[in-house]
Amino acid sequence: MSERYDCREAFQRTLVDLATRDERIVAVVNDSVGSSKLGAFEQAFPDRLINVGIAEQNMVGVGAGLANGGRIPFVSGAAPFLTGRALEQIKADVAYSNTNVKLCGQSPGMAYGELGPTHHSIEDLAWLRAIANLPVIVPVDPIETEAVIRWAAATEGPVFIRIGRVPVPNVNEPGYTFALGRATTLRDGADIAIIACGTMVERALEAATFLAARGVEARVLNMPTVRPLDREAVVRAAVETGAIVTVEEHTIHGGLGGAIAEVVATEAPVPMRLMGVPGVFAPTGSALALFRRFGLTAAGIAESALLLRRAAA
Amino acid sequence: MSQLHVQATAEEVREKARAIRRRNVEIIRAAGLGHIGGDLSAADILATLYFAVLNVDPEHPDDPERDRYIQSKGHASGVLYTTLAAAGFIPDSLLDTYMADGSALNGHPDRNKVPGVETNTGPLGHGLPVAVGTAIAAKLDHSPRRTFVLVGDGELQEGSNWEAIMAAGHRGLDNLVAIVDRNGLQQGARTEATNALDPLDAKFAAFGWAVRTVDGHDVEALLAAFRAVPFERGRPTCVIAKTTKGQGVSFIEDRVEWHHKVPSAEQTEQALEELS
Ligand SMILES: Cc1ncc(C[n+]2csc(CCOP(=O)(O)OP(=O)(O)O)c2C)c(N)n1
Ligand SMILES: [Mg+2]
Repeated sequence: MSERYDCREAFQRTLVDLATRDERIVAVVNDSVGSSKLGAFEQAFPDRLINVGIAEQNMVGVGAGLANGGRIPFVSGAAPFLTGRALEQIKADVAYSNTNVKLCGQSPGMAYGELGPTHHSIEDLAWLRAIANLPVIVPVDPIETEAVIRWAAATEGPVFIRIGRVPVPNVNEPGYTFALGRATTLRDGADIAIIACGTMVERALEAATFLAARGVEARVLNMPTVRPLDREAVVRAAVETGAIVTVEEHTIHGGLGGAIAEVVATEAPVPMRLMGVPGVFAPTGSALALFRRFGLTAAGIAESALLLRRAAA
Repeated sequence: MSQLHVQATAEEVREKARAIRRRNVEIIRAAGLGHIGGDLSAADILATLYFAVLNVDPEHPDDPERDRYIQSKGHASGVLYTTLAAAGFIPDSLLDTYMADGSALNGHPDRNKVPGVETNTGPLGHGLPVAVGTAIAAKLDHSPRRTFVLVGDGELQEGSNWEAIMAAGHRGLDNLVAIVDRNGLQQGARTEATNALDPLDAKFAAFGWAVRTVDGHDVEALLAAFRAVPFERGRPTCVIAKTTKGQGVSFIEDRVEWHHKVPSAEQTEQALEELS
């Protein structure tokens, strides 16, 4: 699993393939053809690529209107602007109105590290997770990205898909099928559970290898669906391992860790540690430098797991 | 308060702009990142403002009576930082850290890290509303201080600008000057091919603004316009500065792909040569 990929490539390839078979599929962008990697889509389907210009609120509203007209719009732009700028359109025009809009947030987390906090999308999961009727999905690798895009096109209703740019390896096998609200166990273990999404999953897996060398068998779950959460998998992890570390490329307030903590606190209380950005605007720096700063590395996760086990004992 | 270089001549401003462009190219090359097209597009505007128009003082960047310069097109942080260094707000050596890990010089400006920055921009369409607020605050204080806000042309596709433009017209904010960097290009294509803005002057005029179109690389023309503000008493001022994205470097000029491309070592050499 050494080769790494930009998930936007799987996104654009899959979308072009789907659009070839289904003319209802359209793309809506905000001067984001390049950053969404939709150049090939635009070439193949110039009439079905609707570029509204730098206008995210309009973009989401237009998406809802296109859905009303029977189209399947994939509304795609840089995650911080799509979610932050158009939040009320997402709530009212997409989720509340229950329109068949596929929101695709590109280059989320700290992918645009050097560009500074305006361009870091580390609040998007919290913002969107609070909205009813809006599945929130973070594909972990190109295989899952393709599976989620296909699932979204085939499933009526709103969805938000967070599509990563920081290169990741495939952790799923070809032929993987995505099911909404289902976590996958990538490594079994009964001493502690590490639950992660997106870029943090490969780091969690590597941390588990470190931990095994120290005699600690960690269970590693990939949790692509932040909402609706796989409550059963969370409760099982709590009951069977007794301690949970969550890891996400997001603030620790209100994202994946928050969602899991809500379930753990109410259904199976066990000690937890939430890893992510600790409630600050991150400094400027490359994504990998920022991961290191916040301990979002295999070593950082392993250390957190050991500390949690010690505290829980 | 002291006025900064208000006496700079057009020739001196041109010299500053040349130096700013050179340094700007260097720091983008060093960072391996940046928005070179939009930086070079605005260099003459920033040099004119900072060396001949704005009442600002690098020794007292927080002076409550300073003129406000708000750069809404925050992606052009390279030209803002190099200008702030040239004007003495930050040390020139700080420019060498542009976008490096932990640097104060984020890819988009942060007022809590960089003296002279009024507000944190980066998401497009934020500067004009803030500028309307600073202009209203000056009116409430019966202060002569002015607000100059620089917006990209593609940026004007954001609806928030038009809410602000409407409010400024309604309130007759004649202490507010919006400068449009009208280079005709946005991130991925021409503005007019994406979501057309023209007739832009008529749009501002319809919202109650006094509008002039000038050559945004002609320092005399910029000076004449900025010294004539407000163009009309009781109306906000709009200067549509006709510019060329990437101005000054032949292979970057008016090329959409240079929105955020980084020059190679040879290209950097050629660019610096052309800017000498
Ligand atoms: C709200 C928002 N949407 C999208 C972007 C991404 N973006 C950065 S610069 C840019 C193009 C800006 O074009 P323009 O305003 O014409 O600036 P210039 O040509 O002077 O570089 C875009 C789309 C952004 N920064 N903010
Ligand atoms: Mg432009």
